[in-house]
Amino acid sequence: MDRQVSAPADSKTVPTKPTRLRSFFHSQKMAPYFFVAPFVISFLLFMLYPIISAFYMSFQEILPGEETFVGLKNYQALNNEHFYAAVSNTVIYTIWTLIILIPVPLVLAVLIHSRFMLAPVLFRSALFLPALTSIVVGGAIFRLIFGEMDTAPMNTILIKLGFSPQQWAMEGGTAMFLMVALASWRWMGINLLYFLSGLQNIPKELYESAEIDGAGSLSKFFRITLPLLKPVTIYVLTISIYGGFTMFTESYVFWTNHSPGDIGLTLIGYLYQQSFENFNMGVGSAIGIVLLVTILVINIVQLKLFGQFRREE
Amino acid sequence: MYAKKKWLSLLLFALFAVLSFLALFPFFCLLLASFKPSTELLRYGLNLQLQPEILSLNNYYYLLADGRIYFVWFSNSVIITVLNTALALLFSSMVGYALAVYQFKWRNIIFATVLFVMMIPIEIILLPLYKLIVSLRLIDTYWGVILPFVVSPFAVFFFRQYAIGIPRDFIDAARIDGCTEFGIFFRIMRPLMAPAFGAMAILQALTSWNNLVWPLVVLHSEEKFTLPIGLSSLLTPYGNNYDILLSGAILSVIPIMILYLVFQRYFISGLTVGGIKG
Repeated sequence: MDRQVSAPADSKTVPTKPTRLRSFFHSQKMAPYFFVAPFVISFLLFMLYPIISAFYMSFQEILPGEETFVGLKNYQALNNEHFYAAVSNTVIYTIWTLIILIPVPLVLAVLIHSRFMLAPVLFRSALFLPALTSIVVGGAIFRLIFGEMDTAPMNTILIKLGFSPQQWAMEGGTAMFLMVALASWRWMGINLLYFLSGLQNIPKELYESAEIDGAGSLSKFFRITLPLLKPVTIYVLTISIYGGFTMFTESYVFWTNHSPGDIGLTLIGYLYQQSFENFNMGVGSAIGIVLLVTILVINIVQLKLFGQFRREE
Repeated sequence: MYAKKKWLSLLLFALFAVLSFLALFPFFCLLLASFKPSTELLRYGLNLQLQPEILSLNNYYYLLADGRIYFVWFSNSVIITVLNTALALLFSSMVGYALAVYQFKWRNIIFATVLFVMMIPIEIILLPLYKLIVSLRLIDTYWGVILPFVVSPFAVFFFRQYAIGIPRDFIDAARIDGCTEFGIFFRIMRPLMAPAFGAMAILQALTSWNNLVWPLVVLHSEEKFTLPIGLSSLLTPYGNNYDILLSGAILSVIPIMILYLVFQRYFISGLTVGGIKG
């Protein structure tokens, strides 16, 4: 049945008949298909089918028991102020997280990794601890710290420093600050670990030979560290971009998806509102498709720019 | 030279002391708030004075006395996290192993699909996935939460990277000894990939324990809530549930912290070895 059945197994002292079942268990041809089956099934059922049906639904008006094809109407319905608020919040939030959550942890990782660092393990763990909290717990804490009363921690500090207290969750600028601050607090340690793991894979000899050639710290950083961290950086950039574009929970924990004047509305928040609160499933699907296309385009552009994700064997 | 080095070390130490303070300060706030009466928090917010006269264990007492529903959420979270992590580790490691070790027809296509799925955030297909779960009659069940995530593309990618680094000799030797292909995976490769399992166990458990969006969509009855949904339902603007919310938040962080501290060694080494190479 199968040429590759390992002969030695049968020629051993135990004289067992090579039944079909036995040869299946020894078949190097069949085994990989068995191993990848769970992924293939779950991909087809829980990813490909939903993507296709989202695409289909985005051209339909869906009422209970009644689905009508409405062409591009759902996409045209996105031409409204809530959608634009969601797009602008999402883009601004993503840009802020990219500005903060890539260079800062990169530099911190280089510092922790340097030979001047005392107690690196201790500080690494301390900075990682926030990553262990759920977004809900993080949100609860930030609501306490950034409470609107004058006696709440952050306002107390502002007043002491001579500034006026803020209604943090009520105005656009401070609302964005809250979301970015919460994300930075929770994600800094994770990105730090990614960069640290990248640094540990850089051979020490490179630095040694650079030192012999008389390279200073800065030129070592820009000529060796930075280029060799490129794969990790691109990975972190990729997950940060889609993390930013699909942000929802950082807003949900402050306003339960209903912020004053849409100051905390994000694309996924809007998708959630339309789909599960207003039951405009067609419009909800259209938002999903717009996001999907956006993310794919950004990813492809980025992969082209950096020529990355080519597999190494 | 020596003086300069000492000076630099102190400067770095000071910098990281400040950063660690910023990272840990919110935990201190939560801990402090959990010992204060909710009426005080509602009226004045959390002020940072210790006020020993009003600190008490009352919030924890309420949680134990009236918090039956909290412990239902807690056990729901434990069940979902354990099942999801165990299944995701099993299936993802199988796929990653097959992609690393075998030459077969569909290998490159499947690997490309894994990379594709890594780029598709689940939130985008929230609605059709919800409808699918409804039609599978899995709404408001644990399996509805777990099933769409039994294979983690990130973990597949990670296990593949890890398995590539393991010498083939182990596999060939096992084959000569008459081991089945499945035996090779479960008896030879699984122990060899232990650090990868450690790293992924933490990451999976963390994701699943803290997951909010998908369980929020699937679980409707209060009895089925996980901790993040339950706690977020207590986050009302009126703050009438602050007592249970704060002590409950503290308790919800503890299991995952213990898990992290136990597996930390594997976590870091696993990430480093299996990490993203270029």
